[in-house]
Amino acid sequence: MRKRKLHKAIIKSLLALLIIAIHVSPFYVLIMMSLKTRRDFSSRWLPPAAATFDNYTLALKGGDLMQSILNTAIIVLIATTFIIVIGAMSGYPLARYGTKFSKTLSLLLLGVMMVPPLSVLVPLYRELVLINGLNTFWGIIILSITYGLPTSVFMYTNFIHTIPVALDEAALLDGCSKYAIFFRIIMPSLKPVTASVAILTGINIWNDYSFQLYVLQKPKLRTITLMLRSFFAEGNTNLNAAAAASCIAILPLIVIYLFLSKYFVQGVVDSAVK
Amino acid sequence: MFKKKAGVATDNQVVLVMTAPAVILMIVFVAIPLVMGVQISLTDWNGYSQNSNYIGLANYTKLFSDPMFMRAFRNTVIYGFGSTLFQTILGVLYALLLQRAFVLRGLTRTIVYLPAMIAQLLVGYVWYFMVQYNRGALNDLVMLLGGTKLDWLGEGNRAVLIIMIINTLNFCGKAMIIYIAGLNSIPDMYYEAASVDGANGWQQFWNITMPQLIPAITTSTLLNLIGGLKMFGLVISTTGGGPGYSTHSLSSLINTLYFSYQDAGYASAVGVVTFVFIMAVSIVIRWYLAKKEAAAQ
Repeated sequence: MRKRKLHKAIIKSLLALLIIAIHVSPFYVLIMMSLKTRRDFSSRWLPPAAATFDNYTLALKGGDLMQSILNTAIIVLIATTFIIVIGAMSGYPLARYGTKFSKTLSLLLLGVMMVPPLSVLVPLYRELVLINGLNTFWGIIILSITYGLPTSVFMYTNFIHTIPVALDEAALLDGCSKYAIFFRIIMPSLKPVTASVAILTGINIWNDYSFQLYVLQKPKLRTITLMLRSFFAEGNTNLNAAAAASCIAILPLIVIYLFLSKYFVQGVVDSAVK
Repeated sequence: MFKKKAGVATDNQVVLVMTAPAVILMIVFVAIPLVMGVQISLTDWNGYSQNSNYIGLANYTKLFSDPMFMRAFRNTVIYGFGSTLFQTILGVLYALLLQRAFVLRGLTRTIVYLPAMIAQLLVGYVWYFMVQYNRGALNDLVMLLGGTKLDWLGEGNRAVLIIMIINTLNFCGKAMIIYIAGLNSIPDMYYEAASVDGANGWQQFWNITMPQLIPAITTSTLLNLIGGLKMFGLVISTTGGGPGYSTHSLSSLINTLYFSYQDAGYASAVGVVTFVFIMAVSIVIRWYLAKKEAAAQ
């Protein structure tokens, strides 16, 4: 019996090693490339004879990459803050009042989650030109808020459903208005889901390419994804610097993940549409 | 539940006031563009000029005889349904392997899940170093094993499959997480009872695990399907739609029609069709899976 258990553990570990090997290899190759010189023609699987960080200094040279990281951070922070505030505000009445209007609204918001950005980008672009939102941070921020909101509203609605209504009723008897209930009873208990909403929607904006491609067309306003695109653009022969730039772009995500992995996993489970 | 009192806001008032910011944003940046999109799709607008002519449904009739559109439509179906199928299989298998504790569980979960956080565009660039023809890491392996170099993305149909596989491998971590949560919610006593009745592992899997996982399958199928049908960044960074137009998704085709062909009217028509298609698929799949879920209970 014990022997069988040991066998099982060995097989499981071997399978796990195989899975790790498959999933790690492209990232391993990326890192090796970022540490090699342009003239190093050894196999990409081999580590460099002497690791060099020249590619990283080259990728960071001129400050364009840092500027793009800063731009992205600004957009993500502002948009996510609004997504949280507006999302929580909308989630409360949608969870508590089953009026026809609130039910219709919930359904429509679910629909917006399915809209492929590219299918509306031509008219959105035209609209932004009309309201002078092209090549502005507020233009991209307002689009990021709009298309990030449905997820946020959905997660808050689900979460508020789990807060006992008895608390609301007690507060109402004590003379609290319906609005005050939100600020005094509901808001203080939203912390755990807020962390998940922030991470999930924040990462989506950090990773966005389609909206940013259309709204931010000036080099100074470039975000990380747009910057990476220029690193890999045709005609650029320095793939090692492009690999270094990619590593720099991935690094913040890994750092955030290692500190907040609990909320990442919870976020995926919470945001799942049922 | 709440009785109406004089001077107290009615339920509908509260809903209206508190959802107002969200509703306004949805009207201005979702509803209006959708309507404008339909309008533009009925014209021959080139994307920048002041003038455009109303041409009725010409853009829509053109769709069905346009090999570029038909190809992109077919590819989108492959990207969407293909990735979903394989992500479901991989997700369930990984979840079964990684649900219970053993030495490598934490590490393996992290390694599978982390890439799912990365932008589609960037994922394509990461894999580009693997599948490049000259000096690509995969070709190194092929030659090491005595084969001849393969131009992985050089042929349309193969490139479509490779993009689908990259999408599957890279983003199956999300499905895995959902299935692990699903497995964790199955009470142990179901399995204990089945063991007492003499059911073997395989029987337990089909009669307990799978039916109990149906809610998780609904969830992850919708998530993966919508993600796959929206495919954009990955196509841009791996093939840019080429060779020719053979690997375009509907999204990347819209982008090309607008920026390179300056055919905004036609691009809008493709956008409208894409939108309707994805909506229809999601509604049908949700309805179908909800029925299954009800049947399993």
